[in-house]
Amino acid sequence: MSAADATRRPTLASGVRLHRDTVRERDVLLFPEGALVLNETAAEVLALCDGERTVAQIAAVLSERYGGADLLADVVELLDGIVAEGLMDRDDDA
Amino acid sequence: MPDPAPTPAAPIPFPLLLVAELSYVCPLHCPYCSNPTGIVGARRSAELPTADWTRVFREASALGVLQLALTGGEPLLRRDLEELCSASRDAGLYSTLVTSALPALDTRVEALRDAGLDHVQVSIQHADRERSDVIGGAVSFDAKLAAARAVRELGMPLTINVVLHRDNLDDVDEIIELAAGLGARRLELANTQYHGWAAVNKQALMPTRAQVERGERIVEAARERLGARMEILWVLPDHFEDLPKPCMGGWGSDAIIIDPTGRVLPCQSAATLPGLPVERVTDSSLEQVWFDSELFNRYRGHAWMQEPCRSCPLGRQDVDHGGCRCQAFALTGDAAATDPVCHLSPHHAALVADRDRILAAAEKNERPPYRYRTTSARQS
Ligand code: SF4
Ligand code: SF4
Repeated sequence: MSAADATRRPTLASGVRLHRDTVRERDVLLFPEGALVLNETAAEVLALCDGERTVAQIAAVLSERYGGADLLADVVELLDGIVAEGLMDRDDDA
Repeated sequence: MPDPAPTPAAPIPFPLLLVAELSYVCPLHCPYCSNPTGIVGARRSAELPTADWTRVFREASALGVLQLALTGGEPLLRRDLEELCSASRDAGLYSTLVTSALPALDTRVEALRDAGLDHVQVSIQHADRERSDVIGGAVSFDAKLAAARAVRELGMPLTINVVLHRDNLDDVDEIIELAAGLGARRLELANTQYHGWAAVNKQALMPTRAQVERGERIVEAARERLGARMEILWVLPDHFEDLPKPCMGGWGSDAIIIDPTGRVLPCQSAATLPGLPVERVTDSSLEQVWFDSELFNRYRGHAWMQEPCRSCPLGRQDVDHGGCRCQAFALTGDAAATDPVCHLSPHHAALVADRDRILAAAEKNERPPYRYRTTSARQS
């Protein structure tokens, strides 16, 4: 993890949407011809990715919700996975 | 992502995809069109009205559907398409417009996007203007490129779709270049499946094995070169394989098709099967049709299977579901038979003989002209 990871302001790529699948009771990312099933934490992180918050701020919000643990490395790892799937823009390559 | 295929004891899964065929009419006349040939005489006045589609989108979402394909014929012929896009968005569905780009997608796409459209899939017939227009049976190539550019200028995801056959397979490199240059996120290269009008034009369209193999190599190389920049889908032609595809992911397991007149179907060609009960969105809810109708239950699970599927030595019953019901019917006269693409089918030898006869004629350059797809009774 580099210093740049914490300061970028991630958003979902255009044409990618976070969706609550109420029938199967799970969160999914919807994109052209596909869907990615998310666990609860992933859905929470992605809901915070509004292009305004930095990764560090997102980790801080979660940390507050979960009793102060340092979650930065986890958030970076999760977002890297979404970027690798081509589902997320980073402010540095948007 | 699809749920596991149903076994006789397994519960019926929730559907993921709704294919809404909004109109049979189309400004193009592709000879490989998968629409049924029986659409000659289709009338716009028989099309399902806005209010029914809107209700159906809500019912589909409540049933678990995530993806909506707005298709046809040509969905752009619907004046209420903006309304339908916002109905899709309100229902929480992810919408894809599957279009020829005519008429006037380039000037209309922004309004569609604003209404709630998520993704656009534009068909192209060839990378060369003249040849694309000849295959599509209409001057359309420039309008398609203009529309694709308009989609990308809005930042929307774009898929380019090309149905492959004898007259464009040799130009797969140019097609890939064109799609990448347009900024497509996905390129669908689907070898012709011989349903609907494509079955009528089989002799004109079927490529040689050498063409298919070369195409495959080019796609492999392009995938390596382009990496994540553009995903390339390559759907093999059935007649060169000896195991069938799982048609629609299995009968009644992933998808619901609704035709322009409101008939609910498990696959786009199912209307060609004789003796199937007719279900309409105006008579029953999607939920009733999906779970309880004889139509959707007929080829679910294994109980309907015949030999060799019934005791498949390859254990593929849940992998390919015995192949395509419509192809089984078209080639054997029995919709419950094993798809003759399967080498275990007693009809496989006849399929191979038919293919080889067509290929031998192709070698000698004996080919009939296209019979263009039409909905107009006068032209056919
Ligand atoms: S395949 Fe061609 S003729 Fe058929 S609906 Fe699509 S664009 Fe129209
Ligand atoms: S016998 Fe039936 S189930 Fe087995 S591979 Fe052939 S088509 Fe599939």
